[in-house]
Amino acid sequence: MDMNEIKEIFFQECEEQLAELEGGLLRLNDGDRDPETVNAVFRAVHSIKGGAGAFGLDDLVSFAHVFETTLECVRSNRLEPSPDVLKVMLKSADVLADLTNAARDGGSVDAERSRALIGELEALARGEVETLARVEAPVAETPASPAPDAGTAIETPAPSSGNNEGFQPIPFSFDDFGDEPALETADEASCVPTCEILFRPRSDLYAKGNEATLLLRDLSRLGDMSIHCDMDSLPPLEEMNPEEAYFSWRISVATDRGEDAVRSVFEFAEWDCDLEVRTVKDEPLATDGGDPDEAPMQPVPFDLSILDDDQGPSIVETESPAVAAVNAAETATAVSQAAAAASRNTAAATAANAQGAAAQTIRVDLDRVDRLINLVGELVINQAMLSQSVVENDSNGVSSINMGLEELQQLTREIQDSVMAIRAQPVKPVFQRMSRIVREIADVTGKSVRLITEGENTEVDKTVIDKLAEPLTHMIRNAVDHGLESPEKREAAGKNPEGTVRLTAKHRSGRIVIELADDGAGINRERVRQKAIDNDLITADQNLSDEEVDNLIFHAGFSTADKISDISGRGVGMDVVKRSIQALGGRISISSKPGHGSVFTMSLPLTLAVLDGMVVTVAGQTLVVPLTAIVETLQPEAAAIHSFGAAQRLISIRNSFCPLVDVGKILNFRASQANPVEGVALLVESEGGGQRALMVDAIQGQRQVVIKSLEANYSHVPGIAAATILGDGRVALILDVDAVVAASRGQSLKPEISLAATG
Amino acid sequence: MKKKVLTVDDSRTIRNMLLVTLNNAGFETIQAEDGIEGLEVLENTRPDVIVTDINMPRLDGFGFIEGVRRNEKYRAIPILVLTTESDAEKKNRARQAGATGWIVKPFDPTKLIDAIERVTA
Amino acid sequence: MTNAVKNLTHGRELIAFRIGDQEFCVNIMSVREIRGWTPATAMPHAPGHVLGVINLRGVVLPIVDLSQRLGMAPAEPTVRHVIIVAQVGAKVVGLLVDAVSDILTVVDENIQPTPNIASEIEKVCARGILAIEGRMICLIDLDALFPDIESEAA
Repeated sequence: MDMNEIKEIFFQECEEQLAELEGGLLRLNDGDRDPETVNAVFRAVHSIKGGAGAFGLDDLVSFAHVFETTLECVRSNRLEPSPDVLKVMLKSADVLADLTNAARDGGSVDAERSRALIGELEALARGEVETLARVEAPVAETPASPAPDAGTAIETPAPSSGNNEGFQPIPFSFDDFGDEPALETADEASCVPTCEILFRPRSDLYAKGNEATLLLRDLSRLGDMSIHCDMDSLPPLEEMNPEEAYFSWRISVATDRGEDAVRSVFEFAEWDCDLEVRTVKDEPLATDGGDPDEAPMQPVPFDLSILDDDQGPSIVETESPAVAAVNAAETATAVSQAAAAASRNTAAATAANAQGAAAQTIRVDLDRVDRLINLVGELVINQAMLSQSVVENDSNGVSSINMGLEELQQLTREIQDSVMAIRAQPVKPVFQRMSRIVREIADVTGKSVRLITEGENTEVDKTVIDKLAEPLTHMIRNAVDHGLESPEKREAAGKNPEGTVRLTAKHRSGRIVIELADDGAGINRERVRQKAIDNDLITADQNLSDEEVDNLIFHAGFSTADKISDISGRGVGMDVVKRSIQALGGRISISSKPGHGSVFTMSLPLTLAVLDGMVVTVAGQTLVVPLTAIVETLQPEAAAIHSFGAAQRLISIRNSFCPLVDVGKILNFRASQANPVEGVALLVESEGGGQRALMVDAIQGQRQVVIKSLEANYSHVPGIAAATILGDGRVALILDVDAVVAASRGQSLKPEISLAATG
Repeated sequence: MKKKVLTVDDSRTIRNMLLVTLNNAGFETIQAEDGIEGLEVLENTRPDVIVTDINMPRLDGFGFIEGVRRNEKYRAIPILVLTTESDAEKKNRARQAGATGWIVKPFDPTKLIDAIERVTA
Repeated sequence: MTNAVKNLTHGRELIAFRIGDQEFCVNIMSVREIRGWTPATAMPHAPGHVLGVINLRGVVLPIVDLSQRLGMAPAEPTVRHVIIVAQVGAKVVGLLVDAVSDILTVVDENIQPTPNIASEIEKVCARGILAIEGRMICLIDLDALFPDIESEAA
């Protein structure tokens, strides 16, 4: 693994953290006051900041830092997450997402916007500090400066570092040095200066995993060292507490690296020991000012060999007090460990059990999953082929082979479902993205909007999710921009000035249904009708049901907004949304209540790898028609068929006339039109809301088919969406209903498609 | 013999960076994603040193350190805290909980290894 | 022995096949496999030489009537026909021919330039002519035969 791969992981993680962040903020916005929610939000920003620092992404770090600081105020209950505060935070989350994307893709962000937000965040944090100052004065000051500490490379452990100021002033106790002055500046003389150190560990030092021996080892690396161990306070064995620290050391090191270097050795330990460091010229350390009876200190070389893995002989041979002392220190630690083992604390284990195991997940390359899905697709086809040939060769039909085959079929289906489930993902990320869209458009339009999402854990194939974001974004924009009224109008109508947009996902009969409801004014049918007349979509005297009028908005180029805003965009209307939904094998419809709002309902397949189709025969060829496109099938009677113009034929269905499209003719499978009475008509709904009756020769049945690409080895075929392999092992083509219907409007399929392909 | 390091961090990014850095420096690395998992890992293995983050779900670094120090079996293991915290309060809390030392994030590989060397034999 | 070594180092292997009474060959490196004819599923609006698609172990494989593609009479596929599954650019295509006749090892010196009298299509597709044991075998360049596929793959 190299840094680039880790960076990739970082950005993946950022996406997850950003989702976590936004989700958490939205929950807070909904009144959730669970501390864990605040913690999770804080962690998300913190984590992004930590990773960003590692990659030197300074913009990201500085923004995250300010954000984090303000979140910390919320976390410590010093800032109330009011709606106003959360508004700033949600915007900040958006900017953080932008900064992350910019860091990954090299794009730019709206610097003005992020600067403004930094200001707002800081103001929030400052406000907190001011109120705090009155309540409980001396709490560490919250850094309000945007300059990030974490962004500035690596913090050095030097005590002078600004970041460490807060925990520098540690009082030392110098009892043992008597009346010696605490610190004395070194005389800037020649020769190597000697540092004299008094080091008296407290038991805490050992309890926190520090080791006197290791500190002495590190000290010895600074220069020639002599050491004296003071064991005077060692009590008789029977009084000895293995957890206590009884030794202190006096050390002199000849080093030109100064006291700071010496102190930095004790960086981790200085809380838990008495430490005095002073520099003298190359004179030996004076004895301990007081008792002349005390044995004169014998400076001895510090033997580090005891720290080697194979300790032993070297210790035995040396009798020096220093080694003995070090040895004793080691023993003390060992004793404490051994003694401790007796009363085993099971708190950790209990804690582990209480929390329960987190869900186990692994990350798998999408390619691998797709390969598996492909193979299972083959298995399904092979199983179908096997069944078919067994049925053909085994006329009595009760053999054990048949029973085995049935089991195989069931297993295959189960395997397929399980494999598909691997690709299934909750729609949550897409839904979460929508809340940002709502915020942005609410800002632009000056409307007050509340987005409510439901069923965001509903799962659907990843491909569907990926392709869902665009049409959904467009619909959300439409809902806020066109659907909801301005706050003033809403108030005038006796509604809550804050509009509501509700996004719901649920599973219904093997499909995912996504609903987008607003509580706006609903479709203005009069205006839609007028517009349709103006655009020659309908004639002025045409009688349309409410539903038909509503569905006019799906017509190409139809836009009901009086002025075309940036938001909905010019020429990109609901027709585009409808087409992209249909491209996913889905359908969309609208229902609207004047004054109460509109509901858009989308129904989508759960996967794009398989499709429910109707297998039909056309001019001797087997074709598959996606079931989603078919409204109903009918057996035309001669009386219902009416010629219209030169070559057109219409079929009358319940008093309305529907154009008849001969699939065989339009696909060039036959030269002349077939007799409708001898075939079957599939009533299909197509783009623009219009219906067509597709003529096929016969229906073979319905089945689920595995979708195969034609483009992989050939090219796009006009009128054909894809291919599949049927139980007989042969390839069958899947009809592109929209293309066929579109072609039936023009004269032939080919020019239109090739035009589309080049455009 | 390879020294064994247990790292506890909820960030996949940091976990991977630690893994690469420590493996390159010749350490054996075991990883946990939060304090709870860290304590679970300790039930079965004894690292020479622990490197832990502070902000983690389920059980944060303070709780984890306290958990380690409370357990007689492994309480003497040195613990280094990975921290982006610049404020003293956090570091002091980590110390009170029983941290041996700290490394300021974003860590520099040399500093990390240095800190580990300092607290291990 | 010397010959074999020479062939291995300098020669290249070609697969020769028959269409009607003519012999052609393609580089063996582009041939994936050879299989019998199975009925293809016709495709709408396909050019005449595209017979349709078949299922090759789950892959949708287009079948090209090489005879028609080379400007000769359309083939009437039977069970005796074979399909040469060949890699052309990034795509895999099935070539319908009458039969595979030989595997040849040739060196570049064995290949003669295409005569001037050749038709347009042969000028484009033929890389040269081989004279082997009194037979004339035309070396075909598959990439030139399917320029559209090649460009799409690129």
